[in-house]
Parts: sequence; C-alpha cells; structure tokens
Amino acid sequence: MAEATSILPLRLTSVTLQARGQTLIDGISADLQAAGRSLILGPNGAGKSLLLRLCHGLLRPTAGRIDWAGGNGERVRRRQAMVFQDPVLLRRSAAANIRYPLHLRGIPRGERQAAVDEALAHAGLGAVADRPARVLSGGEQQRLAIARAWVTRPEVLFLDEPTSNLDPAATRAIEELILAVARAGTKIVMTTHDLGQARRLADEILFLHHGRLLERTAAADFFAAPRTAEAAAFLKGDLLC
Amino acid sequence: MPRYPLTDLTAAFALALDMLLRVDRDLLEIVGLSLRVSLSAVGLAALIGLPLGAAVALFRFPGRLAVHALLTAFMGLPPVVVGLIVYLLLSRAGPLGVLGLLFTPAAMIIAQCLLITPIIAALSAQTVADLHEEYDEQLRSLAAGPGQTLVTLLWDGRFRLLTAILAGFGRAVAEVGAVMIVGGNINHATRVMTTAIALETSKGNLALALALGIILIALALGVNLAAMAIRDATRARYG
Ligand SMILES: Nc1ncnc2c1ncn2[C@@H]1O[C@H](COP(=O)(O)OP(=O)(O)OP(=O)(O)O)[C@@H](O)[C@H]1O
Ligand SMILES: [Mg+2]
Repeated sequence: MAEATSILPLRLTSVTLQARGQTLIDGISADLQAAGRSLILGPNGAGKSLLLRLCHGLLRPTAGRIDWAGGNGERVRRRQAMVFQDPVLLRRSAAANIRYPLHLRGIPRGERQAAVDEALAHAGLGAVADRPARVLSGGEQQRLAIARAWVTRPEVLFLDEPTSNLDPAATRAIEELILAVARAGTKIVMTTHDLGQARRLADEILFLHHGRLLERTAAADFFAAPRTAEAAAFLKGDLLC
Repeated sequence: MPRYPLTDLTAAFALALDMLLRVDRDLLEIVGLSLRVSLSAVGLAALIGLPLGAAVALFRFPGRLAVHALLTAFMGLPPVVVGLIVYLLLSRAGPLGVLGLLFTPAAMIIAQCLLITPIIAALSAQTVADLHEEYDEQLRSLAAGPGQTLVTLLWDGRFRLLTAILAGFGRAVAEVGAVMIVGGNINHATRVMTTAIALETSKGNLALALALGIILIALALGVNLAAMAIRDATRARYG
C-alpha cells in the first residue's frame, strides 16, 4: 500500500535560490530524517522562511535538487503541511477551516466531522468552533492554523515562527500542541527566534546565516558549544544579520 | 412663458401615492415584470460572469488578456447599443430569428444579461485576483487544485461578489434603452418600469410615471443600502 512507504527522508542537494542577482539561499545540502524535531535558527533575513518554502515546494530552487524519498508530485504534496508566519485563515468558521483540507482530499462527509471535532478539541478550540476564524485571538488563530495543518495527519509539518507575537501562555500552549503532534508521529521542521523555545523543542539545530547552512548539530551540543563563531555570537545576542 | 400649474403636479403626486397604496393592478403588473426580467438577467449574468471573472483572474489561457480588456471595456456598454445588437440577432431576418423571441420578456432578459455580464465578470475578476494574492501560497500548501482554488476564492469572496451582483441588478433594473428596443414596451406583455415611465411621461400621464419612479428610486436606494450593509457586516465579521 502506498500509505506504508514514507516520503521521508527529504534530501537537499546544493539547493540555491537566486533573485535579482542576489543569492538568497546558497548551496544548502542536508538530509532531513523522519526522526527528531529539527529547528532552523538564524538572524533576520538569514533565509529561514525561504528554506521552508523551498522544502515545502512553494518555491523552486534556481540550482540544486530537492528530493523526497517517497517520490514526487501530488502524493508528496498531500502528505506535508505548513503553518505560515502569518497563516491565512479562510473567511469561514474555525471548524470550517479545519474541515477544508479534508474536503480538498475528498474525505467523505460522514468521516469529516469526527476528525474536525477531534482536531478542535486537541487544539483547545472546542468553545470557539463556530466563530469566524478571523475574529479569533492571535493565539487561537495560530492554534487553528496548526490544527488545520495537522488534521490530515501529514508526515512532515513545517512551521514558520509559530509563536511570534504571542504572550508566554499562548506560546506554551502552541509548544505543547507541537510536541503532541510530534509524539503522534509527525516530523517537525520549524523556525524560531526564541532561543528558549529552541532549547525546549529541538532535537537538532540547523543554523543559517546569509543563506548558508553554517552548522547542523544536536541541540544539546549546539547550545553548549556551537562550532562556528557566528553561531556563538548569535547565541550571545551579538549577531545582527 | 408656459408654466405648469403646481396643482397638476401635486395632483399627480397624490394620485401616484394613491396608486402605490391601493396596489394598483397595472402598476403591480409592470413592477412584477420589471423584477422578473431584471432578476432573471442578473441570475444568468452571475452564472456566467462569476466563473468567467474568476477564470480570467486565475488561469493563463490564450486570449486571457483580450478577454479581460473586453470585459473592462464592456462594463460601460450603452444600453441602446446592446438593444440594437440583440434586436439584429433576434429579428426575423437575424441568425436567431427562428426562435421568435423578439418583443418577448425573454429578449429583454437576454439584452440585460449581455449588458451586465461584463460588469459582474470584471468586478469578480478584481475581487478574485485580490483574494488570490492573499490565498495563493496557503491554498497551494493545502494542496488545492485549480478548480478547487476557483471555488474557494468565489466562496470566500462571496460578500464582495454579492455587491458586484447588486451593482449589476441596479444597472439592469434602471436601464431603458435595451428593453425598449427588444421588448417594444407592449402593454401587458413587455412593459417594464423604465419603458412605462418614458411612455406615460410623453403621454402626460404623470401619476403612473411618478408612482413607478418612486418605486424605482426606492429599489435603487434599497440595493445600495443592502450593498453597504453587507460590506460593513462582513468587514466586522470576516475581516
Ligand atoms: N521574493 C524575494 N525576492 C527578493 N528577495 C527576497 C524575496 N523573498 C525574500 N527575500 C530576501 O531573502 C532574504 C531571506 O528572507 P527570509 O524571509 O527567508 O528571512 P528569514 O530568515 O525568514 O528572516 P526573519 O527572521 O525576519 O523571518 C531576505 O533578505 C529577504 O529580503
Ligand atoms: Mg521568516
């Protein structure tokens, strides 16, 4: 059965992205394995969001290759999901937002409701299920975006700074949600500015600077003894762009 | 210097109000046909114009730019010209003459539909293009196909599109040139509010003309108020 074979690992080979004569992503090679939560760190403008978009297939590299072990095309697209830095919620209720990807995938109407209810409960949104998604608070919207991404049980979930602009309690709720998603077997690849968050969530760190992957290290090692001077400066708060 | 006696006008006005309050049968028939023709026209125009506008906004196909330019240019088509074209098509010697539709409500529906389809299509192309800019990456990420994207954008733009449809209705119900030419303003058959006003005014029968004018203005006002209310309510609810 096709479902049985994983689309992971994801292999990047010298992935490069150029725009208007500038090299925004510069020859990144890496294998992303199914195991472990991978966090991408780096200063503003390092290329974190672009790298996620490239991996997710929203951008094409101008050079290099991006290969999924599970093949290409529709199947790979449908088994991954992304939560954007500014998620676009549909102009419908919270519940309808979660129902939407199930509808796109042709899940029969009868099966949708149970999945929607479960996702809402899981994200702590049961009480606001019928509210228009766009009137929800920032934290609720972010949890809704994660619930919508997770309801199709993707193998990989890309998250782009899912807690920027949130207060500590909302941040904690999102982190718990992400950990639960990871425990349920979804590969997490996410970016963050919050070093505390990176410590709490990361199994491994990919450190980006000027579009280059400067180091990739187990999280404990990265925070104890970063291998590059840039990463050390970044951890001390001294690295600006 | 000729002067209309004020009493005549007041009398006409009083008579008009009387007709409105009594629900005069002739008046009712004319208003009914007006609504039937214009609502049918706007329904058809929406069925054609919404998907057409969305397709122009979303898909690259040969002739797309030409279609878009035509739609925009045709937003302001003069009703009499549309009437003339439909007349030529439907007249006995015309290519669609065998259908025998000239001087029937069907001909009026066709003419008004042609008149407002470009309006609805061009406005929905704009709405869908704006929404697409916001939704594109998210919908691709959710793995929506092209057809699904089109339906999603039409649905999420539903309130803005409703105002486009109301604009089309307002234009259809108020135009006189096209329905006059292809309908012929035949009593009890193709007489609608605008053609009746034109005729009754020229005959000096001001009461009926005024009564119809009042209804027409109320309709126009109602349509605009509805459009504004929809816009405000949805801005507050859906952002
Ligand atoms: N479409 C584009 N055309 C040209 N340059 C772009 C484009 N998109 C992004 N960039 C540039 O690429 C660089 C990396 O952008 P990216 O959004 O990936 O940064 P980031 O690491 O996510 O930063 P932040 O932490 O602020 O979110 C930036 O300098 C940005 O200006
Ligand atoms: Mg970013």
